[in-house]
Amino acid sequence: MLELMSGNEAIARGAWECGATFGAGYPGTPSTEILEAFAQYKGVYAEWSPNEKVGLEVAIGAAFAGARAMAVMKHVGVNVAADPLFTVSYTGTNGALVIITADDPSLHSSQNEQDNRNYAKFAKIPMLEPADSQEAKDLVLSAFEMSERYDTPVFLRMTTRICHSMGVVALGPRRAVPRRPYVKNANKNAMVPSHAYERHFALERRQTLLEAESETFAGNRIEMRSLQVGVVTSGISYQNVREALPEFSTLKIAMTYPLPHQLIRNFASQVNKLYVVEENRPFLEEEILATGIAVEGKQQLLRVGELSASALRRRILHRDSAQQPAVEGLPKRAPQFCPGCLHRGIFFLLAKRKYIVTGDIGCYGLAALPPYNAMDSLICMGAGLTMAHGFDKVVTRSGNPTTEDTEGNKSPGSATTTGPLSSASSVVGKPPAERVVGVVGDSTFFHSGLTGVANTVFNRGVSTFLILDNRITAMTGHQPDPATGLAIDRKPAPRIDIEAACRALGVRRVFRVNAFDLPGMDKLLEAETATAEPSVIIVEGPCIFTDRDSRQPTFLVDQARCVKCRGCFRLGCPAITIEDGEVRIIADLCWGCGLCAQVCPKKAISQAQPEAKP
Amino acid sequence: MTRERPTTNVFLVGVGGQGIVLVSRILGELAFAAGLDVKQNEVHGLSQRGGSVTGHVRWGAEVHAPVIMEGEAHYLFALEELEALRWAHFLRPDGLALVSSQRIPPVSVTVGGESYPEDVVERLTGFGRTLAVPAYQAATELGNTRVANIVLLGAMSTECAEFSEEQWKAAVAACVPAKHRELNLKAFDRGRAAAAAAGVLPRRADA
Repeated sequence: MLELMSGNEAIARGAWECGATFGAGYPGTPSTEILEAFAQYKGVYAEWSPNEKVGLEVAIGAAFAGARAMAVMKHVGVNVAADPLFTVSYTGTNGALVIITADDPSLHSSQNEQDNRNYAKFAKIPMLEPADSQEAKDLVLSAFEMSERYDTPVFLRMTTRICHSMGVVALGPRRAVPRRPYVKNANKNAMVPSHAYERHFALERRQTLLEAESETFAGNRIEMRSLQVGVVTSGISYQNVREALPEFSTLKIAMTYPLPHQLIRNFASQVNKLYVVEENRPFLEEEILATGIAVEGKQQLLRVGELSASALRRRILHRDSAQQPAVEGLPKRAPQFCPGCLHRGIFFLLAKRKYIVTGDIGCYGLAALPPYNAMDSLICMGAGLTMAHGFDKVVTRSGNPTTEDTEGNKSPGSATTTGPLSSASSVVGKPPAERVVGVVGDSTFFHSGLTGVANTVFNRGVSTFLILDNRITAMTGHQPDPATGLAIDRKPAPRIDIEAACRALGVRRVFRVNAFDLPGMDKLLEAETATAEPSVIIVEGPCIFTDRDSRQPTFLVDQARCVKCRGCFRLGCPAITIEDGEVRIIADLCWGCGLCAQVCPKKAISQAQPEAKP
Repeated sequence: MTRERPTTNVFLVGVGGQGIVLVSRILGELAFAAGLDVKQNEVHGLSQRGGSVTGHVRWGAEVHAPVIMEGEAHYLFALEELEALRWAHFLRPDGLALVSSQRIPPVSVTVGGESYPEDVVERLTGFGRTLAVPAYQAATELGNTRVANIVLLGAMSTECAEFSEEQWKAAVAACVPAKHRELNLKAFDRGRAAAAAAGVLPRRADA
């Protein structure tokens, strides 16, 4: 039976068909749908872990226990999971362990475009790379079998265009694979130095076997066409070569680490000229050049962004596929917060207050863009909190404890503080530009924020932390996290209370505020950034995608009162527009959050009265 | 299918939230149900939040790349005028631009002071034949603006003879939730009628 499937769905299908019973990971574009789809199958266990390190570790546990297990993450997630990664390469896996890394060339939804093929070489873990959905399904099976045969974790590397492209896939039945028995063996599984030293030898022996495996691996295949030019390529680049350079012979590599050097030499001898076509780093090229094979490669191609078929044709055949130039000078259209988004109000206030905002990964990263311009930094998961602490230690209050002590008047707060705040004065007079707040989301808080809060408390920090809590991992497509109260199967799960967690970590000043209450949030920002002890403000509001019932009647602009000051435009709401010289609210889009009515200086915006029911 | 069957490329553009992914899936299903090889690419993640969004659908005897090369699109399926113009160079000179007469000014216009382009349909005819349809207006009349994408799809069906009307409708029905099936099929019919009423503008001779 045939079905149209994305690369991600095909991986889930392949894992199910070959008897995998365990999957763990953390959501991240472009990998997210793999585990979501896997969790739909019967006879498997899947979970969203709080972060990729946890996900990989539980998958290692499952593999040690004898299962066929997979850990799924985006490219930067492997950085988080790198600690167990390098050592499980020493221990081996007992059962099977496949690690899916989904790289994002062109940064469609990422903070960098690192090339995770380097992890395969770095950790000496074999890597397979599919070029379409069918091959994604097939290579999952190869990966699980290879993992068991060689007692090694195996990488399956995807890129965005393979993950999110649909192609025709032939479906097969599920095969039952019995669990491998677990036998206690500390020499192999407990990596104290003396054991690890011996396992390093085992790893090197395995590497030799894998090099031989690559030479005969069915996915590495020569397709002879023109004898003039041959192209060594893999993954999505193979498809682009076939599209843009259909006459060229190809050596399609599906096992990109370790490489089949003899096969490459064989292919090179059959063509007059040898090219390497690959996206991102010159990984294949450097490996091939190191063996002394003459190859013309990446130096003339792009190292930044995706290598499209158009670009290949332009750079290799010097022919433009476009016959008409693009229209230039058109206004850009960047993504924005949705109408009704809980992030809009708080970033509106932060921009107005000109605070230094150390931000984090999530939809709220959009705050770094116009018209919000309210986020100073965005590095990685968790850095929103930790970087604020670093900033604070250098540029603000705690930088000069003596001065602070003489100013005195710390606001003590208490475990039950929720009412009006005492006026805190330790930084009174300090310019707003010196005030720092750190921002994370709820999912990010559980991913990498807890340690940041502990760090600030432990190290006598004073930072003000905002936790933007919509109780969902929104940007990746609304996956449950520990704050949601649901597990990956959308059935009830314990909900971990963020406020209680922060208090348990030693933060005394913890507040919860409604994300659509501008005066309430503004008061808290003023007071807490002036307080010489750590504080946490939990900004609460639903994601409009997960809470469709949160929609309220639309707001309207009274044209008689509107002076067209455009103050409401600074909210960056897609529902607020200007037509025929009038500021209008598009009723289709308006979620009724009411922020625009709160910022309008002329009180020209008000909510439509719901029609009375007869 | 025959090995000789050339590949058809549909490049879809719009604003995040307009339903580009659904239309991509319907087109993929349409070609797949007809026994063709299909590749289809869509956008997930951050760019979906109100940004400029593109989708690619390709079908034929054997399709390699999931992404269409510049200048190779047989159809430009545009749910918004500015986005149509932004991506018009993807169209083949003998291609057809389908554009919904809807204008959504981006923040760079409403706040940033840039100008929304004028005479979009006229300018599109410099790139290829053009069919402009008031899809958003039709969807509003049907009581749900979210089906503007299906109205434009109905319009496209009148200009794509590779598949019968029945095949088109089966693909729509297969991809939308059962409770919205009737509405979507109505929207599809409205699109067919709107296409007939609007008529295809020829590519400008001076282009």
